[in-house]
Amino acid sequence: MTVQASDFRFLADFMRDAAAIVLEPGKEYLVDSRLAPVASQAGFSGISALVQELRRSTHSPLAQKVIDAMTTNETSFFRDAAPYQHLRKAVLPALIEARRNERALSIWCAAASSGQEPYSMLMMMREEFPQLANWNVRFLATDISQEMLQRCRAGTYSQLEVNRGLPAPLLVKYFTKRGIDWQIDERLRSAIEWREFNLAGRAWLGLPSFDLIMLRNVMIYFDLQTKRSILANMRKVLRPDGYLFLGTAETTLNIDERFQSEQAQSSCYRVRAA
Amino acid sequence: MRALVVDDSAVIRTVLTRILAGLGFEVVSAVNGKEALEKLEVCKRPDLTLVDWNMPEMNGYEFIRAVRADTRWRDMPIMMVTTETEMEQVVRALAAGANEYLMKPFTPEMVQEKLAILGIAQG
Ligand SMILES: C[S@@+](CC[C@H](N)C(=O)[O-])C[C@H]1O[C@@H](n2cnc3c(N)ncnc32)[C@H](O)[C@@H]1O
Repeated sequence: MTVQASDFRFLADFMRDAAAIVLEPGKEYLVDSRLAPVASQAGFSGISALVQELRRSTHSPLAQKVIDAMTTNETSFFRDAAPYQHLRKAVLPALIEARRNERALSIWCAAASSGQEPYSMLMMMREEFPQLANWNVRFLATDISQEMLQRCRAGTYSQLEVNRGLPAPLLVKYFTKRGIDWQIDERLRSAIEWREFNLAGRAWLGLPSFDLIMLRNVMIYFDLQTKRSILANMRKVLRPDGYLFLGTAETTLNIDERFQSEQAQSSCYRVRAA
Repeated sequence: MRALVVDDSAVIRTVLTRILAGLGFEVVSAVNGKEALEKLEVCKRPDLTLVDWNMPEMNGYEFIRAVRADTRWRDMPIMMVTTETEMEQVVRALAAGANEYLMKPFTPEMVQEKLAILGIAQG
């Protein structure tokens, strides 16, 4: 099955408007492979019939399912050594020092996917900075995909997922075997506030300010204008002495010159002093 | 970089040796814990030891305990080679002093990922 040209154009527009995700011509195979299961599950004869229904309403549960299916959720525990190393060695010690009077820290993981990134950070904080147990730590993790947020809240991972990147001592300490899967402790699950948030949307005013923001491996899907507006919004919610991490292959360079690289290898940025 | 591979299965020994050699390791192998302890005495200290659980004469658990009881090898990285159904053994192996586990069936990439977790640079 291949998607019809007019359906592809409609889906590309829909994904751009709904999630700012760019679907370039040539990505028809992605639509086929991602949406064929959604179509058959929802009882449509094919992608064409699904698109026909989507044309009628782009604010339906079906529309949410399409967004879920079309976003790439690839992630893993402790993905890339450099950012975690930099968090452990420099960023968290500096923030703990800077906030020693308030004893409060606010962290935002802005594209949480299935939760491995926020959980990795939380485990690292418990292991390396136990003093934070007495602090007021606010940890927000968001994603546009409701399906992903459900996975985050459940905190349940397959053997394959825990085999990737998660050190064995952390597996046995923080996870419990549930049938063939592993579930992370309830105390860690409830230490994070999980919320739906569209980075390309307008809900930014509802956000508090943050000391540390993870915006990793999600900007790659957006066009330049969306990247600019997201980074401008990030500057507003990031405290002046806060830190922003992008994916290791991503940069603010030529997108937002108000950010300056703090450590290149880990894609860590800070806002330039005015 | 040197690695010690301890497994009673010739197939696993061969596969692991090939992967580790491909990553630049010089590999020594042993068929059980007892032989591995003998190799430790005569060979240069390995940067990584991979050990199976079920082996005749001296199994992985006994081997790890013996190694950890000896100050010379107290902080030598040890990785358990295991299967999905044997995950409870990983818990025991870690308690005995293992650092990581590698799940069968494995690929060179999976071995590399585990080396990264252990902070072992490739050979
Ligand atoms: C590749 S994952 C990155 C996960 C994690 N940050 C990491 O680096 O491993 C990208 C995530 O971004 C989410 N996403 C895509 N578009 C988004 C948007 N407009 N707003 C918020 N999240 C979005 C997807 O649902 C997906 O879970």
